[in-house]
Order: sequence, then structure tokens, then C-alpha cells
Amino acid sequence: MRWLLVKDLQILRRSPLLAALLIVYPITLALMIGFALSSPPGKPKVAFFTQVPKGRGRIHFGSQDINISSYAKDLYSSIQPVVVHSRAQAISAVRSGRALAALIIPADIPAQIQSLVTTGVGSPTVQLILNTKDPVERQFADQAIQARLNDVEQAVSKQVLRVAVIDLQQVLNGGSIQFLGQSFPLLGLRDSRTLLRRAIRALPAKSPLRPELNRVVGFADLAIQGLAFASPVLGSIGTPLTVDQTELSGRTTPAATYAVTISVIFSLMLVTLLLAAGMLALEREEHTLARLVRGLVTPGALLAEKVVLAGGCAAAASLLMAAGVSIFVPLEWSRFPLWVISLVLAGLAFGALGVAIGGVAREVRAASLLAFMISLPVAFVALVPAAAVSGGLKTALDAVAFVFPFKPALDALNNAFSGTAPGIGWPLVHLVVLAAVFGALARVAVRRLA
Amino acid sequence: MAATAATRQATLAARSLSKRFGDRAALSEVSFEVYPGELVAIIGPNGAGKTTLLSILAGIQAPTSGEVTSPPGRKVGWVPQQPAIYSKLSVAENLRLFARLERLSDPEQAVERMLDQTELRERSRDEVGDLSGGNQQRINVAIGLLCEPVALLLDEPTSSLDPRQRERLWGFIGGLAGQGTTVAYSTHNVAEAERYADRVLVLADGKLLFAGTPAELERAVGGGARDFESAFVHFLDERGA
Repeated sequence: MRWLLVKDLQILRRSPLLAALLIVYPITLALMIGFALSSPPGKPKVAFFTQVPKGRGRIHFGSQDINISSYAKDLYSSIQPVVVHSRAQAISAVRSGRALAALIIPADIPAQIQSLVTTGVGSPTVQLILNTKDPVERQFADQAIQARLNDVEQAVSKQVLRVAVIDLQQVLNGGSIQFLGQSFPLLGLRDSRTLLRRAIRALPAKSPLRPELNRVVGFADLAIQGLAFASPVLGSIGTPLTVDQTELSGRTTPAATYAVTISVIFSLMLVTLLLAAGMLALEREEHTLARLVRGLVTPGALLAEKVVLAGGCAAAASLLMAAGVSIFVPLEWSRFPLWVISLVLAGLAFGALGVAIGGVAREVRAASLLAFMISLPVAFVALVPAAAVSGGLKTALDAVAFVFPFKPALDALNNAFSGTAPGIGWPLVHLVVLAAVFGALARVAVRRLA
Repeated sequence: MAATAATRQATLAARSLSKRFGDRAALSEVSFEVYPGELVAIIGPNGAGKTTLLSILAGIQAPTSGEVTSPPGRKVGWVPQQPAIYSKLSVAENLRLFARLERLSDPEQAVERMLDQTELRERSRDEVGDLSGGNQQRINVAIGLLCEPVALLLDEPTSSLDPRQRERLWGFIGGLAGQGTTVAYSTHNVAEAERYADRVLVLADGKLLFAGTPAELERAVGGGARDFESAFVHFLDERGA
């Protein structure tokens, strides 16, 4: 086996482009995936044009003012605003591609909101212009703006409700009202009822006003009860749902660490599969397979050599990659021995899958294509979140993920990097079993095809 | 080139070899012997069972029934049809690798011997992929000879070579036979069999129809055939193969 290993390393050394592609391409790809997963989404460029004159963005409601313009700042935090000075410029910016979308605020929006709040009639409308050339970018810009507009809507509603509740409280309990810079006292229903009761008691017993005033007191009682109930109800509409968040016991993996784990395993998978499948297929392409297994080496030794070569190279490259990434993302170096064990066993399991692929393919190109065709869906299946699919489909996806090394490799390395649940024991055993099963399949293929 | 068969011990003997692939019989009750220094050509139409017979003799496939015997402790060399060598390794590296895999006591000495025998010493550092088809085939044969086999089996050794390369290769193979190595090869080229074989084995539909010298084959079909190739075709036609 030693001489075969030396021979394969010589061949790799003499194919620098192939070696570079096998190592550099998956690592670059994996790093890109890792950073894409761990980076926040970018902000879409949006041309923003408001026709509301400065200082005219206020609406009056009850005793308070609401400044609509202040919510534009929230919107700016979600987009990269492109400065435009007219509606035509905004549309032109979208057409030319300088902006993904244009948001136009009409001049009458404060009046429309004012009318809606005070009379219930009005349709405040903003105009959103989207570039439909790229459906993905269109959806991205649409979602970012809609989400922020929803926030603005909620904030305005909340403010209106808050003002309504304050005014209701004043109607109920009394207070003061500001008008033309002067403060006027407001009596309130409760005090009105107290004054009426005093007035009734002061009237003669047979006074004809007593029944009528008692009816007014009765109405005041009902109104006080009703408004006392309505105030907290109105207040709660502003925040109808409260999320009570509970953290279950056990540590959770930080998102960035998980992204690194995915990218390292993805890289390991591609390097190992391509190397193992390619190097075994090369034996067939060079017509040396039959010569070797004729008595020079056993099929088991030949396969073991390919698995060790591919798994060892890939595990070493992945360790370097993890060490490099740990500069940016915290990984638990105290668990380094578990990193090594996880990567080596994952390398062996992927290597065994690789030689099974290489045993079926007749040439290196076919083996590489087959390795890509198998590995990408396997990774995708293992990464589908449990909550994203229905029960039956989830069971099927779990079954597929179970028979390939990606999921146990991910679980093992995730634990090795961050010490989070589930434990590392079962994934490592799983990897060993998969290595044995795929190794046996490869052996059958080599015996049959040699 | 061959001595009288009866006076010597066979270096390779096939006894009642049969091979079935499902319902199809690739070989049926094939028996023959080959002797030291003998050049034996296995000829026959496509699908006759030539490659199957050679791969059973080489130990790559097991027969369904029958047996192959060779002198104890001696190896049989095998040279596949396509050069089974690593194109990214040099001539010497290929020879050294297979010498080590053969577990020879002195791999370097075996490499030197083969470089001399193949007359490729000057190209020993060149990558095999840069060599001509003829030179690649010589290395292919040399690897089969590394273990100093009692018999060398070649599967259509000249099928991909031009006439000049063929001539050189046959010179090389003839030299081996001259040194006492038994050589058995399959070929489509009937003229080559006539020219470079002491005996021919004619296979058709997995059956051994004839074993004898080329002259004996010509005599077997009477005087009607003008040359050996015509005699061979006539022979097959007579037997409905």
C-alpha cells in the first residue's frame, strides 16, 4: 500500500492544475458559502423621493402631534438611499439600474392619514416602483421595503392608539387640554358624576329634576364602566402579541460557528470524493486496475490506499481551513483532538463513498461528474431544516441523509467545534459504519469490474 | 524455435477449461499445453473466447470448470491489450513501482535489466505519456517480465501499433522466446500468427478447433487455399464458425 500511496502522490504532484483545482476550488467554494451564511443580507439601493414639504409631515390627533417624517429615518436604516429630486429621476434611477426600486411619498400623505385617523375616510398611499428585470433582486427589494413599511404602519398605529388612550383617560378622569398655548381644565366623567350626585342630594325629595338627573348619573356610571374597560383594551391592540421566550437546557451553536462547520464539511466532502473517486477511476483509465488486483495488491488494500490518500489529504486541508477561519469565528481550540478525530473519520467515510463512485465510473471525468451529482443533493438534503418540510417528506429526507456521511460528519464536527448537543459519540460511530458499508460496496465493484 | 514437445515439461497446461457467463458458454472444454521457448498464437474470430482464455490462464478470471497448471514456484506474466502503465510516471518509475509491488528482492536491479532489455535507457526519465505507442507497449511487456515469468501471456499486443512498431515489438518478443520464455498471445492478425508463432490454437465459439503449426493448419484445409489467411478462413468456414 505504501508504494501505491507514493505513486499517487507523485501523480498528483505532476498534475499541479488538478491538485490545485481539487484543493483550492472546494475550499474557496466552502469559504464563500460559510461567509454567505454568516453575513447579514445587504441593503438594497432604493431611490427615495418625498413630495411632502419640510415641516409638513405632522398630523394632529386629539391633544397630540405625530411627525410622520421621523419614520423615514427607520426606512433609511433598511436601504441604501439613492438621492433623487423628482419622481422622474426616481424612475430613471430604477430604469438605469442605479437603484433596485424607487419609493415615492406623495405630498398629501399627512392629510390622508389625518383624515383616516379623525374621520375614518382616507387612503394614504405610497408608490413603489420595482425593476422587474431580475426576479430575485426584485423580491429582495420588495421584501426589504415592505417589511420596513409594515414597521412604519405599526409605529403610526401604535402612536395613534396611544394618543386615543390618553384622550379617553382624560375624558374619564379629567385633566387639562392645551389650546392656543393656554391650558384649560377638563372635568372628566367621574368628577361630573360626583358633582351630579351632590346636586341630586341637595334637591328636595319631591323635586321633578331628581329622576332625570338620576338617569344622567346612570348613564355616567355605564359610560365610566365602558370607558374604563375600553382603555386597556385599546392599549393592548398596539402590542397584541407578547412573545414569552424560554431557552431550553443545553448549549446552542452560534450561527457563525455552524456556518463554518458547514463550509468545512462541504469542503472535506468535495475534496475527498473527487480525490478518491478520481484516483480509483484513474486506475481503470490507465488500465492498471486489472494488473494490480491480479496478485500485486488485494482489492481491499487498493481501496484502503485510495481512502487513506483522499481522506488524509482532505482532513489536513480542512484542519488548515478551520484553523484559518478560527481567526474570525470563535472555535473551541480546547477540543482540538475532537476536531482531528471528526475530520479523519469523516474523511474516511467520504473516501469510502468516493471509491464506491470511482469503482462504478470508467474514467476520471465520469467519476468527477458522478461525485458532484451525488454530493450536492446529499448536502442539500442534510441541511433542510426539520420545520421546513412536512412530516412524511422529512422522514424521507432523514432516511436519505442517514445513508450518506454528510449529516453525521456535520453533527460530529459541530460538537467538536462548539461542544453543543447532540453528543459526538453516535455521529462518529455512524461515520465508521458508513465507511465500512461503502468500502464493501466499492470492493464488490472493483472485483466485478477489474 | 520450439523443441519437441514430448521431450519437455509443459510450462503451462490447460485441462478441460470451461467458462460460462450466465447461459452463454465463453469456453468449452479447452485443453492444451505450451512448452519452454515456444511461441503460441491464439487466433479466432471476434467473440471466439481468446481474451477469456488468456485471462483465465493469467489468473484474472477463474474458470467455471477445469484447471490451469504451471511449474510450482514460477509465475506467469501477463500483458494486457492496452498499456497498463501510469502515463504521469517516468519509464523508470513505472518499472520501479511494479518491481516493488512484485516484492522483488532487488527492484533497482530489475529496473536496470528491463531498461536494457527494452532499449529504453535513454528515455528512462521521460514520462510514459510522452512516449510513442510502440515504446509504451514495450514497457507494458517489460512490466509483465519483471517477475521473470516462466510464461508470458499477451493479449493482442500489436493491435494499436503501426507496422514498424510491430516489427520492433516482435523482435523483442522473439528474443524472449529465444531465451527460453514461453510466449502465448492472442491476435486478429493471421499473418502475424503465421510469421511469429511456432503453433497456433484456433478458437471459435469457445471451442478449440485446432492446435498445430501454421503449416499443419494449411494442410488441414487441403491445397485449395493460396495462403495461410485463406486457409484459416477456409478452415473456419468448413466448421461453420
